Amino acid sequence: MKATYVELSNYEVAFAAALIIINGLISLSLRLGLERMLFIGALRTIVQLVLVGFVLKWVFAVQQWYIVAAVMLVMTAIAAIAAVRRTGLVYPGVYLDSMLSICASCWIVSAFALLTVMRQVTPWYDPQYAIPLLGMILGNTLNGIALGLNQLGEELSSRRDRVETLLSLGATRWEAGREPVRQAIRTGMIPIINSMMVVGIVSLPGMMTGQLIAGVDPGQAVKYQIVIMFLIASGTAMGTVGVVLLSFRRLFNPRHQFCYAKLQRR
Amino acid sequence: MPSAPPLLQARSLGRRVPGAQRWLLKDINLQITGGERLAIIGRTGSGKSVLLRALSGLDPIDAGEILWRGNTISNADVPNFRRQAIYLRQRPAIFEGTVETNLRIAYSLRIRGNEDFQKRRVIDLLTQAGRDENFLDKSAAELSGGEAQITALIRALQCDPTLLMLDEPTASLDPDSATAVEQMVIDWQQADNSRAVIWVSHDPAQVQRVATREFALDHGTRKESHRA
Repeated sequence: MKATYVELSNYEVAFAAALIIINGLISLSLRLGLERMLFIGALRTIVQLVLVGFVLKWVFAVQQWYIVAAVMLVMTAIAAIAAVRRTGLVYPGVYLDSMLSICASCWIVSAFALLTVMRQVTPWYDPQYAIPLLGMILGNTLNGIALGLNQLGEELSSRRDRVETLLSLGATRWEAGREPVRQAIRTGMIPIINSMMVVGIVSLPGMMTGQLIAGVDPGQAVKYQIVIMFLIASGTAMGTVGVVLLSFRRLFNPRHQFCYAKLQRR
Repeated sequence: MPSAPPLLQARSLGRRVPGAQRWLLKDINLQITGGERLAIIGRTGSGKSVLLRALSGLDPIDAGEILWRGNTISNADVPNFRRQAIYLRQRPAIFEGTVETNLRIAYSLRIRGNEDFQKRRVIDLLTQAGRDENFLDKSAAELSGGEAQITALIRALQCDPTLLMLDEPTASLDPDSATAVEQMVIDWQQADNSRAVIWVSHDPAQVQRVATREFALDHGTRKESHRA
């Protein structure tokens, strides 16, 4: 099948943008008070994506490894910050833990994909592949990290009495914190497992849809999507486990003490 | 023959408000030996619970040191120290399941090695508390405040500690449950003179009943006490 797609003009994009008026009308008629937020959200969607378009166009043209690395680093840092901002309980060092986990998990998985699964890509850091790949892994991993972090904080906060009782009876810090840690990792990993359960049945993933619209053979689009799902799943698992264990080490010191005072609700 | 070192000793103990300069406890020197029942007394906010938590090693300290049988407690020794010196919260933590599930939890910890849950011993303790064997099957969710505290106390006593550290264990109990808890602790301590109790209380009458010695606190520092 020939890879062809229908080019969109600015007018056609404007037609689609007009649909946001429906949201505005709903907000007005039900007095939801969301009009201002909707307007800002719509504006940000346009401005952010247009800017990203310009940046990607330039990065794709330049094809320098250090430019690709810099863009990827910025994307990773934004994802790390976004993950923490979605959590209700924080502690000193949480941003560093989020950055380390998301960086290690997403970069390892992306590098694995570029060097093995997509080894035909040259150079291996070709931004056309590296940046969208990392972006998709980051977007999902940050969800896992946010959910895992949030759940760990909530579990430790609500189970403080039980954690301290176990410590009082002679539990090691790991024995006392194991259940909250397990729950947090579970919570972080469930969404991607759910996604894998329904992918292709309930919805077609964004990347696959994009490829189909761009005229890619459905068989190839499916293969790409399968690869992406597994990359996302392993990135999310590694990121969630990483951030939960790093948090555990911050909140339980080597003297087997639960440093609950470090946990601060936003 | 040189005398045995105290069971637990605090030397110039200090603890600050986390992340701040203000002291919650300052220059606390305290020791307890086997056979003693020490009451930590003082007004609300005087630092009694903070001191007990620091002594039990649950909270970090910012000054001084705590010795167990004359030795400092290394990081690796902390679980073993807490196996012998058990701290009980004012409001007991109860896990999902039955009373027996709650008691067995202590034996799921690595520090207890291959020790098994001793049902006979637990039934003896239950009898002392005025309960029978059926109490073991009671759902933890249905326990009253008094029953929960008795469960927590038996959970600690079955582990055969040397030192019990109790943070106002009867504060939220009815008079009958409070008397049962007091008597269980006194009986446990008197059964073996190497055992000791530290009991935080703000009730002078209770202190008279349970303690052999008092340690008074005021604003985080020691206040001279007539029974010291």
